[in-house]
Amino acid sequence: MSVIYVLLAISIIVAIVFFIAFIMAVKKGQYDDSYTPSVRMLFEDELIKDKSDKSILTKKQ
Amino acid sequence: MEHSTCFHCGLDATLSNITYDDKPFCCNGCKTVYEIFSVNDLTCYYDLQQAPGATPKDIEGKYNFLENPKILDKLLEFNDESVQIVSLYIPHIHCSSCIWILENLNKLNAAINSSIVNFGKKTVRVTYNYKLLTAKELVTLLSSIGYEPFISLDDYSIGKKQTNRSLIYKLGIAGFAFGNVMFLSFPEYFDLFSNKTGTGEFWLEQYKHLFRWLMFAFSLPVVFYSSQDYFISAYKGLRSKILNIDVPIALGVVVLFLRSTLEIAFDIGSGFFDSLTGLIFFLLLGKFFQQKTYAFLSFERDYKSYFPIGITKITDVGSESAIQVYDIKKGDRLLIRNEELIPVDCVLIKGSARIDYSFVTGESKTVSKQSGDKLFAGGKQLDGSIEVDALKSVEQSYLTQLWSNEVFKTDKQAAFTNLTNRISKHFTIAILSIACIATTFWLFTDNSKALNVFTSVLIIACPCAIALAAPFTFGNILRILGKKKFYLKNASVIEQLSKIDTIIFDKTGTITANKESTINYEGIELSLEEAALLKSTLRGSNHPLSRSLYNLLSEHNIVPLDTYEESIGKGIEAQYNNQQIKVGSGDFVGCTTETSTLNTTVHISTNKHYKGKFTFYNAYRKGLSQLFNTLNKEYDLAIISGDNEGEKTNLTKLLPTKTKLLFNQKPEDKLEYIKHHQGEGANVMMVGDGLNDAGALAQSNVGIAISENVNVFSPACDAILDASKFNQIYNYINVSKSAIKIIKWSFVLSFIYNVIGLCFAVTGQLSPVVAAILMPLSSISIVVFTTITTNLLGRKLN
Repeated sequence: MSVIYVLLAISIIVAIVFFIAFIMAVKKGQYDDSYTPSVRMLFEDELIKDKSDKSILTKKQ
Repeated sequence: MEHSTCFHCGLDATLSNITYDDKPFCCNGCKTVYEIFSVNDLTCYYDLQQAPGATPKDIEGKYNFLENPKILDKLLEFNDESVQIVSLYIPHIHCSSCIWILENLNKLNAAINSSIVNFGKKTVRVTYNYKLLTAKELVTLLSSIGYEPFISLDDYSIGKKQTNRSLIYKLGIAGFAFGNVMFLSFPEYFDLFSNKTGTGEFWLEQYKHLFRWLMFAFSLPVVFYSSQDYFISAYKGLRSKILNIDVPIALGVVVLFLRSTLEIAFDIGSGFFDSLTGLIFFLLLGKFFQQKTYAFLSFERDYKSYFPIGITKITDVGSESAIQVYDIKKGDRLLIRNEELIPVDCVLIKGSARIDYSFVTGESKTVSKQSGDKLFAGGKQLDGSIEVDALKSVEQSYLTQLWSNEVFKTDKQAAFTNLTNRISKHFTIAILSIACIATTFWLFTDNSKALNVFTSVLIIACPCAIALAAPFTFGNILRILGKKKFYLKNASVIEQLSKIDTIIFDKTGTITANKESTINYEGIELSLEEAALLKSTLRGSNHPLSRSLYNLLSEHNIVPLDTYEESIGKGIEAQYNNQQIKVGSGDFVGCTTETSTLNTTVHISTNKHYKGKFTFYNAYRKGLSQLFNTLNKEYDLAIISGDNEGEKTNLTKLLPTKTKLLFNQKPEDKLEYIKHHQGEGANVMMVGDGLNDAGALAQSNVGIAISENVNVFSPACDAILDASKFNQIYNYINVSKSAIKIIKWSFVLSFIYNVIGLCFAVTGQLSPVVAAILMPLSSISIVVFTTITTNLLGRKLN
């Protein structure tokens, strides 16, 4: 089998993998809201909070 | 006194004296929210944004209807044995703190599995275990932390709505195919399949069929799925005998596909699959670009968005039950709680009513009613609970009847032929005749080329650039105006706006500011002590007139009052150091020389001596006079108001003499007035604000709703304008006119490309490479041209 078949097959498979990923992303609703995720990704750290951290609050006033 | 603001909501907390954890709060509600958060280790809420909160409102009993399973079922997105999912619209969502707290709801109640915020739509989607937490408890929890959801009759029917994502799929598929076809076309572009050029790549030729059939395969989903809309639209157009822009596009796509398939099948050439997929991709991109909508705004609101879903009915035996508003029958006894909306026309039976009709009339002053008085649907009760007897059903009420007018059923857009379609009519005819003439010519000279020329003409003339000019220009203009706080419903509004010749304004709330008014005092001048006493007296009252008078009066020392008594609907009486004051209506104060006046007045007397009165005048928006004088040169202007003539003299002074002034107009009168003018051939723009303008806004060619706060509700309209930008109306109309000019110039540009392309086509020289270069080039240059010019236009607006 010529190398051209292998190359074409690989290129098309790669393209189709990305295409499926795109379809799945749309289906999951990732394109419905393009703003909130950008804010959400910055939150993670604040979830657990020690009482000692309250000093930050008083500083802000 | 030291000035301090509430740690939770940012309101003035100087006078409240509520502190907790060394932080000032304006009220106990705000303090409670802070306590909830600090107990649950959620105080990080205040780190993300300063004073992000809202004061929780008293909602006792307001959401009882959520206990009714029939109503609840319509609101739920998902309902399983233990899990329920509900999407709630929360108007207060405005910052990152809001997202954070709402997505950490499970910290407040373990029954909540997850909550996801959509910031653009201001919704939160909550998944919860309903065995541990009912929907009503969930709403109560949200309200207790200041995030009261807004549940209206509108949600009732669309609880399980699916979002339409087909355009993204179509665009994705077209892009995917376009890229791959381009990639497979490279051997053709560099002429690698032939040995004529002597590049020594002859070995590739044995694979050319594979390459070509792969391209064919990639183009199939594009032709049969992505370009679907164009075929449907062209078919619809032809059926109603309109040559819209989609006709030549659909024709081009069909010809491209058939000719390419035949070419590769009979080994004549490589076909035009790259141009075909590229064309669809660019067209869909334009569509996607134009589709910019403001998710947090709604342009389709009718009374349903304002009305509650459920209402409390008092049964014959005296018990309360939550029923759905549509189930209200004539004669039903209803309980309207504080801050609840009256859903039907009714008679007041028990309790003192103070009704805010601002939803209906745009008028912010409240009206007091005694038992036996008739109340109209749409009013909001402000003074405790009342009991009423329904006079009509929801659909037959005075306010809701307006929506049975056929204006609300006709689609404004459908009746309007846009610029692109008007051009395309001539364009299509011209292309078809060129194709026929060229084919006839070649039939006589060299008939082997005739079919080639015919298809080439149709391919190259496919009006990609023309079809792209409008979406990109309008899409960009929509974005620019949106940044300037002028939110348009869709692109066709821009075109409509450029054709306006008559502008009609509503008065209250539109050309006047809702909150501000000016006062004028007539009578005996008040001494310093009396003025201080007046201010101190007003401070205790919650009546809106007292509030606005209090804010308008100059600063005085606040004195502690000895006695204070408020008679509802009449006025206030107070005493301090043997000095007595009466503030209120003429009768209450003892005004003997009551002259009938159309304006709102507040009378004052001290120690039983009549002093004088404060008269309130509407405060007109900034730059009103200037705006009208500029508009007057080009447009017919009119003011149409539901109010009395009290402001007539004031208005005639302010506005150009040609302006028509109409008073005492009912909602239907406004609608009829606009209809009358349109009958005479005028293109009318209506600027209004309240639900009473809804008919006029729907009837006009362009209906613009003015809003002090775009997040609260405005009636159905074509555009929403932020009140602060009111004086910019003239400039915004001019932008829309320039946008049309830009599109016309883009048409000229794309015609030049078409002429060049046609030269190749009619001479029978159109090769795939020429098509592959010319078609994207024309599209991209149009996109670049419109983007640059519209941005220049936007810069001029500053």
